[in-house]
Amino acid sequence: MPPSDAQALITFDQVVKRFGDLTVLDHLDFSVAPGERVTLIGPSGSGKTTILRLLMTLERVTEGTIMVEGEPFSHMPRGDRLVPANEAYLSARRKRIGMVFQQFNLFPNMTVRKNLTEAPVHVLKLSRAEADARAEELLELVGLSDKIDAHPTQLSGGQQQRVAIARALAMRPEILLLDEVTSALDPELVAGVLDVLRTIAETTDITMLCVTHEMGFARDVSHRVLMFDEGRIAEEGTPDEIFGDPREERTKSFLKSVLDNGH
Amino acid sequence: MEFLIDRLPLYLGGAWVTVQLTVGGIALAFVLAMFFGVLGTARSGLLRAVSTVYVEVFRGIAALVLMFWMAYALPLLTGFQLDGRFAAILAVGLNVGAYGAEVVRGAINAVPRAQTEATIALDMSWAQRMRLVILPQAWAQMLPTFGNLSIELMKATAVAFLIGVADITAVAEQMRQATGETVLAFSGALILYFLIAQVLIFGVRLLERRANRRLGRTPPGGRGLLALLRPPALTTSGGAK
Repeated sequence: MPPSDAQALITFDQVVKRFGDLTVLDHLDFSVAPGERVTLIGPSGSGKTTILRLLMTLERVTEGTIMVEGEPFSHMPRGDRLVPANEAYLSARRKRIGMVFQQFNLFPNMTVRKNLTEAPVHVLKLSRAEADARAEELLELVGLSDKIDAHPTQLSGGQQQRVAIARALAMRPEILLLDEVTSALDPELVAGVLDVLRTIAETTDITMLCVTHEMGFARDVSHRVLMFDEGRIAEEGTPDEIFGDPREERTKSFLKSVLDNGH
Repeated sequence: MEFLIDRLPLYLGGAWVTVQLTVGGIALAFVLAMFFGVLGTARSGLLRAVSTVYVEVFRGIAALVLMFWMAYALPLLTGFQLDGRFAAILAVGLNVGAYGAEVVRGAINAVPRAQTEATIALDMSWAQRMRLVILPQAWAQMLPTFGNLSIELMKATAVAFLIGVADITAVAEQMRQATGETVLAFSGALILYFLIAQVLIFGVRLLERRANRRLGRTPPGGRGLLALLRPPALTTSGGAK
């Protein structure tokens, strides 16, 4: 069983995810403490992104359960059994989770302001004024105050991703999922996005799960690094342990391949 | 020419009826297309089946026969006589609505899956997702086909003269019989149908331009109102995608 279950915010208990014959996650156990920042690394296809997608309820588990704050998340209680959670059950719980996508996924039919305010107004039932104030504050945080009335298409990739981060934060999530948020960016735009995330890591106690190939960033912000391989955790430890003194051969070869690619 | 100018009031009367049929038909077709198109993207198989039944039934029935049925068969079955114009509007509206529903369904399905995922991450409900994100994006994609369908609908209203509705075609036929001027009588009708179609196209292009602007795309084909008189140029940023 994963360690420190008592205070865990997120717990994966024997989670299996299969797509057809392909097993993406293989009886996975791990937990994340409140406020903890965990980086998931590993070769592509090792199941890292699937973990985030399961937490965001974009996918459903095949076997096993996910708990959030000691409460079933992938499943819901019915009588004394657990059955797969329905939409109403999930909706009440996914509000506390936010996600930033590799491809930003901003809404092209809305200005930056609307991208940041529509969900707070319609989902959280904030007033327009409150939502606007929140949007302005967050745009300042990501350094894009002057773009509030711009269209997503008028922004660079890096700017779009910073808006996407602000959009996720506008929902005041307790858990922020970052799915390769700099992978789609031109190299010169990566630093701006990572700086914003560093600031968020330093100034808030949001729990973060981060899938990234930016090893420098992972080393700076995360409390713990999980190395994935073939749907299992091959190795875990502090950033210093994983990057400084990896024990597993798979971790060593993975880190070497990433460094060779200039990250 | 004088022949037509002398009879202009008659033609305009017919044109006004055709416009009524067209506007009524478009309104009905639009509502049906939106409703059954959205239904066709529902997760529930039952709701999708309802949509499919509507589309297949009314796509497969000739508007003309449907109109005859409502004008002549319905009174026999129910004892209730529909107004001829109303029967014509129902016939073309139900028929074109079925085509439109497929357009709406296709446009919704063409919105990238990533947009839906972003709305899930923001915990939007299905209705919020449709209203705020998916339909506004699908709208730009529907419009060019809606433009074609509305012109098809307008032309299809010509069948209304067969149940005694005094539309453009009825006026032309009446005039031909009264004067024997076959060429002129029908030429006048052609011109009027063409003009109404131009107004429809102009309106749809105006909507298209607005929709593209809302999506942050530069309107293809230039800026001024005159630019709307010619079809939009195909540019890398514009067009259907």
